[in-house]
Amino acid sequence: MIRRRLAASALAVFAVVGSVLAQADSGWGLLNMTPGVTDMSRNIYQLHMKIFWICVIIAVVVFGVMIYSLIKFRKSQGAIPDVTLVHNTKVEFIWTVVPVIILVVMAVPAAKTLVEIEDTTKSELTIKVTGFQWGWNYDYLDDGVAYYSHLDRASDHARELSSGIDPNTVPHYLLNVDHPLVVPVDTKVRLLITGADVIHSWWVPAFGVKKDAIPGFVNEAWFKVDADKPGLYRGQCAELCGRDHGFMPIVVDARSKEDFAAWLKEKAAEQKQAAAPAAPAAPEAAATPAAGSTAP
Amino acid sequence: MADAHVHDATHDDHDHDHKPHGWRRWVFATNHKDIGTMYLIFACTMFFIGGAMAMVIRLELFRPGMQWVDPQLFNSMTTMHALIMIFGAVMPAWTGLANWMIPMQVGAPDMALPRLNNFSFWILPFAFTLLLSSLFVPGGAPAGGWTMYPPLVLQNGASFPMLIFAIHMMGASSILGAINVVVTIMNMRAPGMTLLRMPLFVWTWLITAYLLIAVMPVLAGAVTMLLTDHFFGTTFFTAAGGGDPVMFQHIFWFFGHPEVYILILPAFGIVSEIIPTFSRKPLFGYEAMVYAVASIAFLSFIVWAHHMFTVGMPLAAQLFFMLSTMLIAVPTGVKVFNWTATMWKGSLSFEPPMLFALAFLFLFSIGGFSGLMLAIVPADYQYQDTYFVVAHFHYVLVPGAIFGIMAGVYYWLPKWVGKMYDQTLAKWHFWLSTIFVNVLFFPQHFLGLAGMPRRIPDYAVQFTDWNMVSSIGGFGFGLSQLLFPYIIWKCVRSGTPIGNRAWEGAHGLEWELPSPAPYHSWTEAPSDALIAKGAAH
Repeated sequence: MIRRRLAASALAVFAVVGSVLAQADSGWGLLNMTPGVTDMSRNIYQLHMKIFWICVIIAVVVFGVMIYSLIKFRKSQGAIPDVTLVHNTKVEFIWTVVPVIILVVMAVPAAKTLVEIEDTTKSELTIKVTGFQWGWNYDYLDDGVAYYSHLDRASDHARELSSGIDPNTVPHYLLNVDHPLVVPVDTKVRLLITGADVIHSWWVPAFGVKKDAIPGFVNEAWFKVDADKPGLYRGQCAELCGRDHGFMPIVVDARSKEDFAAWLKEKAAEQKQAAAPAAPAAPEAAATPAAGSTAP
Repeated sequence: MADAHVHDATHDDHDHDHKPHGWRRWVFATNHKDIGTMYLIFACTMFFIGGAMAMVIRLELFRPGMQWVDPQLFNSMTTMHALIMIFGAVMPAWTGLANWMIPMQVGAPDMALPRLNNFSFWILPFAFTLLLSSLFVPGGAPAGGWTMYPPLVLQNGASFPMLIFAIHMMGASSILGAINVVVTIMNMRAPGMTLLRMPLFVWTWLITAYLLIAVMPVLAGAVTMLLTDHFFGTTFFTAAGGGDPVMFQHIFWFFGHPEVYILILPAFGIVSEIIPTFSRKPLFGYEAMVYAVASIAFLSFIVWAHHMFTVGMPLAAQLFFMLSTMLIAVPTGVKVFNWTATMWKGSLSFEPPMLFALAFLFLFSIGGFSGLMLAIVPADYQYQDTYFVVAHFHYVLVPGAIFGIMAGVYYWLPKWVGKMYDQTLAKWHFWLSTIFVNVLFFPQHFLGLAGMPRRIPDYAVQFTDWNMVSSIGGFGFGLSQLLFPYIIWKCVRSGTPIGNRAWEGAHGLEWELPSPAPYHSWTEAPSDALIAKGAAH
């Protein structure tokens, strides 16, 4: 009875704390991974939660026994040590084998998800992503569209040492770029990821994709954004890459298939135009970030 | 050596231990206790220097925007903080404790190779002077992370060769220290001190020493290749010349993963000494504990690539490293269960060493759980290089390794100086450390899961709240550590004298020696009865 009441009050406390955290329109509510907007990111999220809860259950049992011992077997309470209790084959066997079984239970779904993540076949669009110090280059290999993506101006000013600009006044401080990567929803997009100078890592949490951009090597990754979830998704470089590692965000603009096709057509025409008549003045054209050469 | 034994045995008077006086006692030191003391003082100094760098990091991260340091200096701080804490604080602290305790625990007069011992210590001040002076050269201190990944590390300025040579010197020091430990344990044990009668601290150090001898040369090789890539035109790690930057990561983590067990295994040993003492009950499953440590050490050689799941390895390799990593949970679980079973039906009291050992038990387990989560490759894609990883390894290194060291010092300090320290003050140190370490590191789990990458000097505004909490915890933790040297100093100056057995339930040969322990620990081998009494398991 007491135990049930204790459990109920513990749950109530949890609920109150949880709702306060959830309501607070601030960073206090940021406690967990987001499920994201792709099947894969949801699989990863579910895997993460499954293992988290297994760990919580183990922790409750093990810490429970420890805390019970700390309360029950105190010298100040007159506990007499049982010095003969130094070995028990049966118990030791159980606590070696049970963890193995739990690990197998964890490993099977993890391996299954991993196999799916590694399957980059049947992609419908391929984009080459090149990380450099400090920004990204996106190259739509089949469509003749390529451009650079840098930290946006507002963040770039505000992040100077003692700039006097309050980061809270800058929209999407440090998570905004001049030219986002544009992709269609409901399409298997394959990324070919490489680095131009040092190792970077392309990470968008909402897609569950993080892959290193290594100079001289090409890595593959893929994602397929839910058909009903167009929007802007933000991430950052996730491998220390020098002074401005903290200032090379990633923004992906997921659009409907039609909008994407229109954008791509317009962009291709724009880049073709920028390249062709401006041939004598090629260096200037190359210097503007939007008119891209294929790679830095 | 033999002459010295006879001589000391005939006098048996501590005023005649023929130690040199003044500065010669320390510079020419060959005594295991003097060298141990120097190691511990050195480690404590480095702990505060590395800690000061952590304070700079937490200060800059207190709120968004760049207020205090340039991003390059910030990167230098994270790089140097790691190098100093790992190679300057934790590893020398373990060697210091090994120096003090192993001869006493195995019934030997001193370490086997006293001059080598002197050499391995005296390399360290030079290595760290070299490393720290790189803060003042053009281009600043190394800023490519302590993992030294190429090509980034090659962009360091004048500090690059200083970093490489400092690493070489630290490695040489560790290898020499490890050789000394192995030779001492293998050759200097008193007759009757069989391997399976050795205290767990000696066992864990023996295995740690083998790990050090195995992997330190690998690190030396890796950084030497960086050196030749930078100065002599080789292209080991440059794709343009047929090399591979990822190969460096493989070699580095082949060193790096055993290294994390080098940092933690001696803590396992200390906790395995302290929990039985304050439970007044022998260690549960002594042999299982030894085998568990040995299996962890073996597994540590075949899990390295879990540090680099995002580099794009073949599926089969990722599966192998995931499964081998998960396997480590089994022997680690055995250890935690055995410690718990040691307390079961014991008679517990909560003096400072026990408090630190208990905090170790709970908080290291939390680090173990996040470690298990990190082993799951698909989930690791989301955790990799975020604050979740920072939280994980600080949970295993701060309330793990550092609390282990503090528990050991609070456990054996009365034996070293023959006096008891101020236990009330030590409990204050414990409670402040334990509360603040959680305020400091627990919110970093949230930050990582919410998407904050590690090693960034500035962050998006939604991460402000938990970063502030973490920084407050950091300042609190840093300040509370000042109590530690003060408590030791006060104990040396004015502690209350104590008998041979500082703790009621303490077993082991070190407690059969007088307090303070004589200059040459066991000048006559302890009797078999004494050894059997100490090894009651």
